[in-house]
Amino acid sequence: MMKNSLSLQTISRIAVFIILLFSVYFLFAGHNNPGGGFIGGLMAASALVLLYLSFGTKKINKVIRINFPYLIATGLLIAMATGVISVIFGYPFLTQFYEYFHFPLLGKAGLATALLFDAGVFLVVIGVTILVILTIAEDDD
Amino acid sequence: MNNLLLLPVVIPMFIGVILIFFVKNIRVQRAISVIGSLALLIASVYLAFAAYESNSQVLTLELGNWQAPFGIVLVGDMLATLLVALAGIVGLFSLLFAFQSIGEEREKSYFYSFFFFLLTGVNGAFLTGDLFNLFVFFEVMLISSYVLIVHGGTKFQLRESFKYMVINMVASIFFLVGVAYIYAVTGTLNMADLAEKVGVIGQDGMLNVIAIIFLIVFAMKGAFFPLYFWLPNAYAGPPAVVTALFAALLTKVGIYSIFRSFTLIFIHDREFTHTIILILAGLTMIFGVLGALSQFNINRILNFQIISQVGFMALGIGLYSPLAIAASVYYIVHDIIIKAALFFTAGATEKVAGTSDLKKMSGLLKTHPWLGWLFFITAMSFVGIPPLSGFFGKFGLVLGGIEVGTTLAYILVAVVLLVSLLNLLSMMRIFMKAFWGEKNDTEPKITNKQSIGLLRPIIPLVALSIVLGLGSEPAFQYALAIADQILDPSIYIDAVLSGK
Repeated sequence: MMKNSLSLQTISRIAVFIILLFSVYFLFAGHNNPGGGFIGGLMAASALVLLYLSFGTKKINKVIRINFPYLIATGLLIAMATGVISVIFGYPFLTQFYEYFHFPLLGKAGLATALLFDAGVFLVVIGVTILVILTIAEDDD
Repeated sequence: MNNLLLLPVVIPMFIGVILIFFVKNIRVQRAISVIGSLALLIASVYLAFAAYESNSQVLTLELGNWQAPFGIVLVGDMLATLLVALAGIVGLFSLLFAFQSIGEEREKSYFYSFFFFLLTGVNGAFLTGDLFNLFVFFEVMLISSYVLIVHGGTKFQLRESFKYMVINMVASIFFLVGVAYIYAVTGTLNMADLAEKVGVIGQDGMLNVIAIIFLIVFAMKGAFFPLYFWLPNAYAGPPAVVTALFAALLTKVGIYSIFRSFTLIFIHDREFTHTIILILAGLTMIFGVLGALSQFNINRILNFQIISQVGFMALGIGLYSPLAIAASVYYIVHDIIIKAALFFTAGATEKVAGTSDLKKMSGLLKTHPWLGWLFFITAMSFVGIPPLSGFFGKFGLVLGGIEVGTTLAYILVAVVLLVSLLNLLSMMRIFMKAFWGEKNDTEPKITNKQSIGLLRPIIPLVALSIVLGLGSEPAFQYALAIADQILDPSIYIDAVLSGK
C-alpha cells in the first residue's frame, strides 16, 4: 500500500465505476457476443483490486463486507441451478433457453438462461480472484 | 437421453458447494457430507444397475441438448458405471474414516468440500465421452488433489506436493498437445466419433505418435514405469485417508483412460501399441515390487505397492483377449476396495504406534489384536491367497496370458507369478515386523478400545473383498460381460452417434 497516493486515489474513484460498468456490459454481451461471465468477472475483480491498491486493504475491508468464499459458493450454486432447471423440465442438463421480450425504455431484447449461468461464473471469478490476491497480500502483515 | 448419468457428477459438486457455507460448523458439515455421499452411493449403484439391465445398449446423455459429435456427451457403459459405483463406496468409507482421523483443523479448512470436488472430477472422468471433457475433469480432479495433498501444510508435504503439481502440470500439457494433435488429424474429439474416424483413416505414423502421447499422459497419472517416480514421496505426506482415496481412485482414473482409449480408439495397430503396454506393465510390476522390498516405512512400502498393482491392471489391456480384460476389470474392482482398506489399516497402525517406521514397531498384535488380524486379512487378499478376492484377478490374468500364448505373454505370466510371490514377501514383512514378535518397550499411542473407532470403516471394505472372492463366479460373469462390451467398440459408437 502506498502513502500519499493522491493522484491514484482521485483517479481510481472515477475509474472504478467505469470499469465496473464495463464489466457488467461484458456480462450482458457474453452469451452471443465477445465477453461473458469470466472476462466480466475478471474486470470487476480488477476494479476491486484497484480500490484495494489505492486505499489499502484495511480501509476497503470496512467498506466491502463480502465473505468471498460465500460469494464463490453462491456463484457456483447459481451456475449449477441453471443446468438443473433444464433437467426438471425434462431436457438434458445445461440445455439453454432464450426468448425475446419487450421492456419499457429498453425496447426489444433477448433474454437467455445462459446469462444466469454467466452471472454465476461472474461471481465465482470475482470471488476467486480477490480471495487469492488478498490472501497473498495479507501474508506480509 | 438419460439424465440419471448426471447424478454422480452433480451430487458431489452440489454437496461440495453447500459445504463451503458451513465451513466452521463441523457437525453440520459431517451430517451433510454423510447424507451427500449416501445419496451419491445410491445414485451410482442404481446407475450401474441400469447399465447392466440395458446390457446391449449404452446409456448416453447429450449435455445442453447438442447432438453427439458436436456437443459433449456423458456415456455410461458397464465399465464406467461400475467404476463410478466403486468410487461411491470408497467415497463413503473414506468419509467415515476421515471423521475419525483427520483432525479438527483440517475439517475447518474446506477438507470436505475438496473431498467432494475430487469425487466430482473422478466420476466425471469415468463418465465422459469426449476427449477434451476428459481433460477438463482430469483438471477438476487434479486441482482438488493439489489442495488435499498439501492440506495441513507440513514442510514435507509442501515440498513433495510441489513436485506432484509440477509433474501433473507437465502431464496436463502433454494431454493438451495430444488433444490438439488428434483434433488436427481427425477433426473431432468425441470418443465414439474418433473411434470411427481413426478406423477409416487407418492407424499409422501420425496416429501412432498421438496414441503414444496419450499413453505417456495416462501412464504419468496412473504411475507406470518409468513415470512413477513422483508417487512414493508425494503420497507419503498427506494423512492416511487422502492417500487411500488417491491410491484407490486417482491411479484408477489413469488406468481407466488407458482402457478407454486403447480398447475404443487406438485398436488398429495392436502389434505396436499394445506390445508397448505389455512391456510397460511387466516393468511396472517388477520395479514397483522391488521398490516396496527396499523400504522400511509402512507408508512407502504401500506406495510402491500401488505401482506394482498398476502393472497387473494394465496387463489385461496389453493381452487384449476377453478373459484377460475381464480379469483386469475384476482386478481393478478388487484393487479399489482393498487399496482403500490397506491404506486405512496402515493409517490406523501409524496412529497406534506413533510412527510409520517398521524398525520401531513390534508385537502390536498382543495389544491390538483387531487391528493386527484386520491387516492380515487385507494383506492376504491384496497378495492373492485363494478364497480372497486378489487371487481370482491374478488367476484370470495368468489364464488369459497362457491363452494368448505368445512368447511375450508367457514371459509376463512368469512375471505375474514372481511378482505375486515378492508381494507376499513384502506384505509379510510388514506383518512380521509390526504385529508379530515380542512387544517392545514403546507405549502404544492409543489403546485397543480407542482404535476400534478407526477400524469400523475398514471392516465393511474387507467384508466386501471377502464377498467378492467367495462370489467370484457371478462377479467374473459380470466382468466377462464388461469385457465383451468393450471389445466390441461398435456398441459404444452406435449408442453415442445414434443420438438416443
